[in-house]
Amino acid sequence: MKNREQKVNSNALKRFQYSTEQVIEKPFNWKQMLRLFSYMKPYRKNLLPLSIIMVIINTAIRLIIPILIGVYTLDRAVVNKDTGLLTTLVLIIAGLYIVSYGANFFRIKWMNQLGQSVIYDLRKHLFTHVQNLSHRFFDQRSAGSILVRIMNDINSLQELFTNGVINLLMDVILLVGVCIILFSLSPELTLAIMVILPIMFFISTSLRRNIRRSWQTVRLKQSKLNSHLNESIQGIRVTQSFTQERENMAFFDGVNTETFESWRDASKKNAMFRPLVELTNALGTAVLIWYGAHLIQGGNISIGVFVSFAFYLGMFWEPISRLGMVYNQLLMGMASSERIFEFLDEKPIVAESSNPTELADIKGHIQFEDVVFSYDEKRTALKGISLEMKEGQTVALVGHTGSGKTTIANLISRFYDPTSGTVKIDGIDLKDVSLKSLRHQISVVLQDTFIFSGTIIENIRFGNPAATDEEVKKAAEAVGANAFIEKLPKGYETEVEERGNILSVGERQLLSFARALLANPRILILDEATASIDTESEMKIQEALKTLLQGRTAIIIAHRLSTIREADKIFVLDHGEILEQGNHTQLMELKGEYYHLIKAQFNMLNAG
Amino acid sequence: METFKKLKEFYWPFKNYFFWSMGFLLLITGITVIYPMILQITIDDVVIGGKYELIPYLALGFIGIMAVKGIGTFIHQYTGDLFGITSVYKLRNSLYEKLQFLPFRYYDNAKTGDLMSRLTADVEGFRFFLSFGFAELVRFILLIGISVSVMFYYSIPLTIVTLITLPFLAFVTFRFDKAVHPAFRGIRKSFGKLNTKVQENISGINTVKSLSREDFEINKFNDSNGDYKDKYIFTSNIWAKYFPLMEFLGNVSVVLLLAYGGYLVINGQLKPGELVAFYSLVWYIMWPIMNLGFVVNLFSQSKASGERLLEILEAENEIKEKDGSVYLERLQGDVEFKNVTLKYTEDDAEALNEISFKAHPGKVIGLLGSTGSGKTSITQLMTRFYEPTEGDVLIDGINVKEFSLRSLRSNIGFVLQESFLFSSTIKANISYGRPEATMEEIIEAAKKAQAHDFIMELPDGYDTMLGERGMGLSGGQKQRIAIARAICVNPSILILDDATSAVDMETEFKIQKALMEVMKGRTTFIIAHRISSLKHADEILVLENGSIVERGKHEQLLKNNGPYQRVYDIQYQDQKEILHSHTG
Repeated sequence: MKNREQKVNSNALKRFQYSTEQVIEKPFNWKQMLRLFSYMKPYRKNLLPLSIIMVIINTAIRLIIPILIGVYTLDRAVVNKDTGLLTTLVLIIAGLYIVSYGANFFRIKWMNQLGQSVIYDLRKHLFTHVQNLSHRFFDQRSAGSILVRIMNDINSLQELFTNGVINLLMDVILLVGVCIILFSLSPELTLAIMVILPIMFFISTSLRRNIRRSWQTVRLKQSKLNSHLNESIQGIRVTQSFTQERENMAFFDGVNTETFESWRDASKKNAMFRPLVELTNALGTAVLIWYGAHLIQGGNISIGVFVSFAFYLGMFWEPISRLGMVYNQLLMGMASSERIFEFLDEKPIVAESSNPTELADIKGHIQFEDVVFSYDEKRTALKGISLEMKEGQTVALVGHTGSGKTTIANLISRFYDPTSGTVKIDGIDLKDVSLKSLRHQISVVLQDTFIFSGTIIENIRFGNPAATDEEVKKAAEAVGANAFIEKLPKGYETEVEERGNILSVGERQLLSFARALLANPRILILDEATASIDTESEMKIQEALKTLLQGRTAIIIAHRLSTIREADKIFVLDHGEILEQGNHTQLMELKGEYYHLIKAQFNMLNAG
Repeated sequence: METFKKLKEFYWPFKNYFFWSMGFLLLITGITVIYPMILQITIDDVVIGGKYELIPYLALGFIGIMAVKGIGTFIHQYTGDLFGITSVYKLRNSLYEKLQFLPFRYYDNAKTGDLMSRLTADVEGFRFFLSFGFAELVRFILLIGISVSVMFYYSIPLTIVTLITLPFLAFVTFRFDKAVHPAFRGIRKSFGKLNTKVQENISGINTVKSLSREDFEINKFNDSNGDYKDKYIFTSNIWAKYFPLMEFLGNVSVVLLLAYGGYLVINGQLKPGELVAFYSLVWYIMWPIMNLGFVVNLFSQSKASGERLLEILEAENEIKEKDGSVYLERLQGDVEFKNVTLKYTEDDAEALNEISFKAHPGKVIGLLGSTGSGKTSITQLMTRFYEPTEGDVLIDGINVKEFSLRSLRSNIGFVLQESFLFSSTIKANISYGRPEATMEEIIEAAKKAQAHDFIMELPDGYDTMLGERGMGLSGGQKQRIAIARAICVNPSILILDDATSAVDMETEFKIQKALMEVMKGRTTFIIAHRISSLKHADEILVLENGSIVERGKHEQLLKNNGPYQRVYDIQYQDQKEILHSHTG
């Protein structure tokens, strides 16, 4: 019976599958480290040295105080009953504490400023770089995986840059300092106590890493659990439609149990950590008591030295522990920085020529000369296309999915470069012009209108950030979007978001038209939506299109018969080749592919 | 406290862990204070008093005691952790179960992000309190109590002088906590904003690039990025202001201790060892006090977390199965609406108004109307995703309220407007509603939904992973899988809610042809905008603002001079004109 239950359980666990980033740490790599630390360079003349000086002051004071208390205050003042010296020493110590207070204040302040500035620079660099990468980069990756690098991977370096690096310095000074001081006070006792150092190092590195790996397992399990929670909430309507609640609960219980078990293991290891550290410290103390008292008995050291030793013993663990932590941070930083640099090393495939021409105001005359294009070796999207679109014409591209319509549009915006052949606008090869000057004159209206969170007016203004409120409203009016906008609770100031339900598909489309109109491009590329919108909205969109197309070269990837019919020129594409071209009347008379396409559509409508 | 009482069922069964943890906490706190005492004995009795024969006992005894403490610490921490994670395991399962059964109405108003933050951050907050919060509070009281007692035992005046800074320290600590928590919230909020910004930018990258707005986006990003940095530096400046101050106040105690204690030793009122012991004890009191604000804050946060969790656990589910509900393996598919009115919330206008119709088994009902006219609402009442405000929904002559939900819903195949697919294989997605379906049945369903061909073209066929790490499918492909999923449960009633909106006309045509076959023997409801999808229905209901304004067959409605005819004209005139001019 039990066996069967387990089998059911393991099946239930396969119901959903989630990706989890497996590699969390990487071996140390000097080259990468140097590259990472080069981001500190801009601060090498101010924040960096200032922070270091503060750290040194602070560490020095921490090192001196135990001697002052043990050797001087206790041995010389208290034991010798010297009240005057006691007063002086107390004043000195108080003075040192005040200095340390100031140094601490600036240390925390400057170190964080330094760390955050580096993180800011790094993130800015990465984002700017990614922003300018080509379409292909985004095609190959999910939005989530890019987001993780810009946000989480960079954040995981935060601790390294704010505290890690500088603490490393502090700890080394502290550790070496303590050893030197102890040695000068009593070499024999120091050597005796040193036995605990290797144990401490072992605990701080190996054991801690072991513990950290267990926590990573916990996090992986948790992220799986959270992925499922997220998905189960988003898909709740499907689940309830198919009454799969109980089945999902079995899955969840499995994941939840996995999480629980991994957590219990990690917890067990983790709970051993502190006792072991304390026990090691206790070992040191026992050595001190035994051997130290013996030395005092022989008159080799004073009580003050003994007390100082007791204080310094307590100071061993902190730097060793932190060194272990920084080491771990470095290893984790390796993994993050590798992922970050992978993006930074990615080159835009559409690279500008070394000396690009700024494209002046274009007229919009487009020529393709024997253009071949393949997305990858296996897939040739365009097989030697030559075509011409005249200034101000409306051109329709017609064909099945995968016939090359979208590819032609992408080449005009130069989202990709042709594999061979040339694309020219007003007779200028696109390879020679600057991307910015080209794209500023082209607008693409996509099938899926992306709505940024913000107000309606901000969303329209996205087409031209410099536009005034009046211009925005005029554009909205021109495409007939103002009617629905004004019906919204706050009109143009209504807040919308990507997945919000405030706008229907048709309304989104009108918004994107307004956006494009506001951008006032010379060339307009329109990817017609196939999503069925209710007929009333469809009528409005048809009207808006007429306004939008006026006075510019327009390339329309067309599905609606009415748009196709009114186009000045129609290209019928199939598997990357142009089969027919001409206007509607010409093509209908030809009774070729186009004629069949139109007729088939009509038959479908009628046959249902 | 009310909150914790209500959540009792989740942690009280595991109370033994808690009691063990607390018992050992008492033990180890007691032992902590022994260290300074041993130091004192070593100095005063052994070194100064000359009783060197005590050394081995002291040293070995110390190690022995510390070993006991080590074991105690381990048990304390481990059982404390177990208390937290076992409770959370139970809590999570309950939350998940609750969420699985909460009605659509609940989800209409809930945001995924908000629910997720409750399920992650608030659950974690609750656990943290169970594992650490309470223990920290106890530790605080114990440590201070015992340390102060020991200090008093050594010297009352020195204790008073040394601890004179305590009130100041407590004051600074509370000021710090008051300042730092809003600042941390500021960081989190700013990070959230930055995150949203980047996410939007990447999701909308095609729009950004197509309008060539990269520079604009970079500027916006830099603002958010800068804000995050500023918020962080603002917070660390609070640290910089208070943290050294706290340490300084602790150090003032040390200075006072040295001055007055040194004076006492010189006068012979205190032994040197006692002075050294004091030096250690002072910190046992200082650290917990610096920590106090954290603990108090933890308590208030976990209380708020608990409240947010209770909001989910106590959410009302108005859709309940009756005792002795009807369970039928197979429904006939006879649907009847009797004067059904639906309001989504009290204050809303009616989403449906006095709807009545009958659909006999095997018939096809078409629903037409603009967005928000109530088409989807009608279908969602059949599956009892919502309860009608007035009127009755009957299936096979029985009120849907009488059915067990499983019996009802497993007989109704629903293709929702938005085709949500899960992170799993295509195979598992198609058989989602019937996990026991055989491979043949799955392929059969896929073929009927016109999905088989494209699935076979994918690298792993039916084993292709979908979802976050899976293949990106086009909208039309997703819709076809969703249709296959509905077909796979072999329902008596099939509901297609705008199911072919994202496919091109040709594919839609193919799907429709295939659906003809599927619809045989099932009652089918089709919601669509294209007349071509509806024209063969046995009855078409035309909706406007929640009411049926027209009903009948395609041919009847064409001559009705109503909204149906208007829509038809818009959709068809164009085509007729084009074709007539050329084929004539």
